[in-house]
Amino acid sequence: MWAYIVRRVLATIPVMAVVALFVFSLLYLAPGDPAAVIAGDQATPDDVERIRASLGLDRPYLVRFGAWVWDILHGDLGTSIFTNLPVSHMIAQRIEPTLSLMVVTLILAVSIAVPMGVVAAWKQGTSIDRAVMAFAVLGFSVPVFVVGYLLAFVFALELDWLPVQGYTPFREGFIPWMENLILPAVALGGVYIALIARITRATMLEVLSQDYIRTARAKGAGQRSILFLHALKNAAVPIVTIIGIGIALLIGGAVVTESVFAIPGLGRLTVDAILRRDYPVIQGVVLLFSFVYVLVNLLIDLLYTLFDPRIRY
Amino acid sequence: MSTTTLPPGVTIPPGLVIAQPTQDILSNVKPRRGFFGFLRRYPTIAIGGGLLLMMLFIAVFAPFLWTKDPTALAPALRTREPGAQFWFGSDMLGRDVYSRVLYGARVSLLVGFSVAFFASVIGLTIGLISGFSRLADSIIMRVMDGMMSIPPILLAIALMALTRGSVQNVILAITIAEVPRVSRLVRGVVLSLREQPYVEAAVASGTKTPVIIFKHILPNTLAPLTVQATFICAAAMITEAILSFIGAGTPPIIPSWGNIMAEGRALWQVKPYIVFFPAIFLSITVLAVNLLGDGLRDAIDPRLATKL
Repeated sequence: MWAYIVRRVLATIPVMAVVALFVFSLLYLAPGDPAAVIAGDQATPDDVERIRASLGLDRPYLVRFGAWVWDILHGDLGTSIFTNLPVSHMIAQRIEPTLSLMVVTLILAVSIAVPMGVVAAWKQGTSIDRAVMAFAVLGFSVPVFVVGYLLAFVFALELDWLPVQGYTPFREGFIPWMENLILPAVALGGVYIALIARITRATMLEVLSQDYIRTARAKGAGQRSILFLHALKNAAVPIVTIIGIGIALLIGGAVVTESVFAIPGLGRLTVDAILRRDYPVIQGVVLLFSFVYVLVNLLIDLLYTLFDPRIRY
Repeated sequence: MSTTTLPPGVTIPPGLVIAQPTQDILSNVKPRRGFFGFLRRYPTIAIGGGLLLMMLFIAVFAPFLWTKDPTALAPALRTREPGAQFWFGSDMLGRDVYSRVLYGARVSLLVGFSVAFFASVIGLTIGLISGFSRLADSIIMRVMDGMMSIPPILLAIALMALTRGSVQNVILAITIAEVPRVSRLVRGVVLSLREQPYVEAAVASGTKTPVIIFKHILPNTLAPLTVQATFICAAAMITEAILSFIGAGTPPIIPSWGNIMAEGRALWQVKPYIVFFPAIFLSITVLAVNLLGDGLRDAIDPRLATKL
């Protein structure tokens, strides 16, 4: 098992390197000359050249890439062109709302989607199954901002049950925090729920047709214990895998959801950065999200050994 | 009673009776043949395809469907409620939302179809190469793994940040973001096909590698690829709307559904219809493509139907 863990952890290094190279090239290829911007309108070409040298912009591509990686490893993501603040500082300010939104969505989605998939598989071919599958197709088709606006319109504007927009930090109390997050989380969770429910149903159908399920039935195990103890446990690996892969959907969707609900998180930061062409910020956010995504999936791969002790690579 | 006719010269021996034809236990099932039979067997293809054709019709014939110039400003007629003059209302610059939404179908369908086509072609090429060359495979798949680690919408956003907003650039950015998934799929299919006995037989009988690739492998990747292409089409239309919505997609002058929603955003609490009409059209179109994809998957590979 240790050999597997070590090998799996080492395997993420080339992936991270490719991500870093990709994101670095983004800034490298970005239009505009930072040196000219910093030098200002009155600068002579000599001044610009001097600033370029002092920023290290005249060095070759790979040398700059090396220096950039070195900085990142020391927690330095560069400086925003627009606000002149360190990017890591700006990200740290915005991380709480996004993290809250994602965690709430994750918990909400998994606790709805997995039972949905299990019931659909159990009642295969019935109207319950068809309803779940129809919901899944709808979930894939209705974009996150459409659900967001619809929910906000019904529950905030018409019924006035929940706040329309905004975010309340967690330290100001759980209830206000949750009130602001519940609509965005449902909107963001739609696609994710559809994805997880579909995979859960498919995996459960496969597991339920196995011999050991028939054995469990024959020995008189109850329906509930067959579904949740015998079947779901054996279906865990594909389900957990899709939960991890689906986080990419959450990350992409968060950018939009935060715009719809005016949540001051990383997504909002990204959108503002795009409008201002603030490349270091875009780069920092893309890099952070990608690394989190890789790490989460690494963690899930390591969890496999827990769910299925047979897995040895 | 008995209508059985005996061949000439055959007589029934005395004492024997010809048995009556037994009735069918199962009622007659009319085989569903032909185009309409196919549609009845796969209702999702019929519904999805029908809706998609309708959207295609709207996109192509937008100028003839009682629309006005979608970019014509009428400051005096700002934010009118939906009614006889403006079927879907007018936006804050007095533009006709109905016309803008109908013309918006052009952008969405163009982006969806183009991305599906280009991502499939590029992904197919990359997948075939890495399925057949071990050296290329190890390099290509590392790069693809890296690209797949960047959430596709973020990747598209990052690429759009590099360039000017235009429909071509949107197509290019979303295509790049989708290619890794297609290549992985094709590579997987190629690797499993290579182990098939018929391919082994072709190799044993001295068939050249290019012939094996193009004649024996390629046609078998097309079925899963077609299904994947429909899902990419749906995803691309959503991504385009998202990019336009956050201001990183098609330029605001072009009426795309994402742009209309982005413009209606500031007013949506008082004039929700500006956001809702494009939202409904986008949802219906994406739903149509997804239904078509689900139906195609069932029709092309019945074994997959139970799996997903």
